[in-house]
Amino acid sequence: MRKYLLKRLLQIVITLYIYLTLIFIILQAQPGDITDLYIMNPKIPPEAREAIKHQLGLDKPLFFQYLQYLKNISTGNLGISFSLYPRPVWDIIKERLPRTVVLFLVAYIIYFYLGFQLGKIIAWKRGGFIEYSSTVVGVFLWTVFTPWWGLLLIYIFAFKLGWFPIGKFIDPMIWRNFDISSNYVFNMILLVGGAATLFIFLTYVTARRFVPRRTAKLATLGSLLLSLGVIGWLLGTTTVGYLAMDILHHMILPVFTLTTIGFGGYMLLMRDSMLETIREDYVMAAKAKGLPDKAVRDKHAARNALLPIVTSFILALATVVDGGIITETIFSWPGIGLTMLSAILEEDLPLAIGALVFTGVFLLFAHLVADILYAYLDPRIKYG
Amino acid sequence: MEAARVRYEPLWKVRLRLWWRSFLTNWELFRESKIGPIGLGIIIFFGLLAIVYPILMATVWDPAIYDPVTGYDWEVPMHPSPPSTKHLLGTDPWGRDVFAQLTYSTRAEFFLGVFAAFITVFIGTLVGSISAYYGGFVDTFFMRLADVVMLFPMLAFLIVLSAMMDLNLYSLAVVIGIIGGFGGITIILKSQALSVKVKPYIEAAKVAGGSHFHIIVTHIIPNVLPLSFLYMMFNVTGAIFTEAVLSFFGLLNIQMSWGIMVEMANISGYLIGENVTRYWWLFWPASLSITLLCSAFYLVGRGIDEIVNPRLRKR
Repeated sequence: MRKYLLKRLLQIVITLYIYLTLIFIILQAQPGDITDLYIMNPKIPPEAREAIKHQLGLDKPLFFQYLQYLKNISTGNLGISFSLYPRPVWDIIKERLPRTVVLFLVAYIIYFYLGFQLGKIIAWKRGGFIEYSSTVVGVFLWTVFTPWWGLLLIYIFAFKLGWFPIGKFIDPMIWRNFDISSNYVFNMILLVGGAATLFIFLTYVTARRFVPRRTAKLATLGSLLLSLGVIGWLLGTTTVGYLAMDILHHMILPVFTLTTIGFGGYMLLMRDSMLETIREDYVMAAKAKGLPDKAVRDKHAARNALLPIVTSFILALATVVDGGIITETIFSWPGIGLTMLSAILEEDLPLAIGALVFTGVFLLFAHLVADILYAYLDPRIKYG
Repeated sequence: MEAARVRYEPLWKVRLRLWWRSFLTNWELFRESKIGPIGLGIIIFFGLLAIVYPILMATVWDPAIYDPVTGYDWEVPMHPSPPSTKHLLGTDPWGRDVFAQLTYSTRAEFFLGVFAAFITVFIGTLVGSISAYYGGFVDTFFMRLADVVMLFPMLAFLIVLSAMMDLNLYSLAVVIGIIGGFGGITIILKSQALSVKVKPYIEAAKVAGGSHFHIIVTHIIPNVLPLSFLYMMFNVTGAIFTEAVLSFFGLLNIQMSWGIMVEMANISGYLIGENVTRYWWLFWPASLSITLLCSAFYLVGRGIDEIVNPRLRKR
């Protein structure tokens, strides 16, 4: 296991290096340099531009610039934002990241689960009306023009029905009474959610070997209820919980949008994967043994069909970031995606490039985590 | 002598007949998938829309009024005006005909989608076949590159690129095509090419003295092509969607497209609150067109999937 991890880590470092080099090459391939932005500005004479060039090291040979670039990134020095001057880029990214992570993690888990369940069912009931209608609906939502869909949902649920706030991620009227930053609350949400998930997962792993199956189920269910109870208690009684409720209220609609857009792809993948697994001999053997239909579907076919889906789960991370930029813009959710877009619209190149570099690094590490998960799920994979 | 001439028909005729027969079998499978024909129907519908524009422009429409970018109808007192017999989908806030914009953009969307997907598939097929055939360093290099490209958030990258480069319809298609071509498609096509590479006829071609180039072009690539065609459909969807989103953000240097129509409605405040339904013709036709055309190519792709991938068949 350790050898496997080291190998993956080495691969990731190489991939990261290629990624950073590609970005550098693309930046260098652009004509001119950053001081060209000031070429028409009478307040900055050519001498001042030369000074800026010298200060930024742009008069040095390309190779030195490249080394400097790698060094800056590895030390977390991503420059200073133009539009939010004088805040360092890294500081801004650190501030916006938890918002994106909370939103996405929740949406991703929901739609992955939904796609898995639906795909399982439509593959089992192949050829019926349900299959065709859900395929068409799934494809329609998977390829839907996200801004339109998001605005439509806002119109229906926030404007017409008034169930949810129209945009943004907090309600200032509530927050002005407390001296707590939103980031602290986001971090707490992540912490509590992560702890609860870990607790349930550990209970499940230890309990699944219990001899009467019912004890195992009860233990898992018990841990689930316990965590839900603790979370409910935290939300209901503490100040942070009260503020977290506000954030969660703002989160429902974006999560719903992301879910409706995302589940279709997984549903179709799961269907294809299931159709291949159903032909395997062990599924036929399970059927011939006279096991109930549901047991064959869930325990024999779906478990093995899950593996390719996990792979695509890893590969789809980049798509998720892309979808996030659109969704964050529509809902004015100030995460990494919206930051990147507004940085571009305000010609704040350091922030935009910093966000891009950081997104790549983040995706790579998510990739690593998913890889470990995959190796855990599929014992056939040798760690080596 | 006479009898022999009757017995052998020319080779091209045999080939044509075989091709026709396999086409009929595949069409039957495609039709059976049910979802494929739905997509094909939608594509044909948009194809007709694209043809409608030049015809109407040449015959009925007055360019001064109906030009999608510079037209203005001064006979209508208030813009945006709701649909009427003169303007089938109404006019936008600048007095331009929405239906003309819609049909004008259809052609560009088709061009962009197909062109970008073609570049992607061309590069992907070539790279996939070459890395499967040669293996070794070439293979490792392209596979690692594909790993990186797959991790690339394409939209984020294009957004950053749009700040540094003037992206119009052609350059966008080329950029999307090239990035896509080195991405995941090479891995899929490579694994397909690997299974072709071990077939006996490749061995036979080598023994007969075929060069590497000859074997790749005449034996490996034709056997990978069906799968390439399948991925081309999915890539068309991706390209059209990407263009629409970038246009919606106002990052492209394009005069008119479906995404721009939505952007115009957005920046002039017609997508806020009640306006979403009150001025529906500014928002819905373009958005629905994007969604439907993207879905259509995806559905056709899935229909082809049932042909190409025998494990998905019912029998």
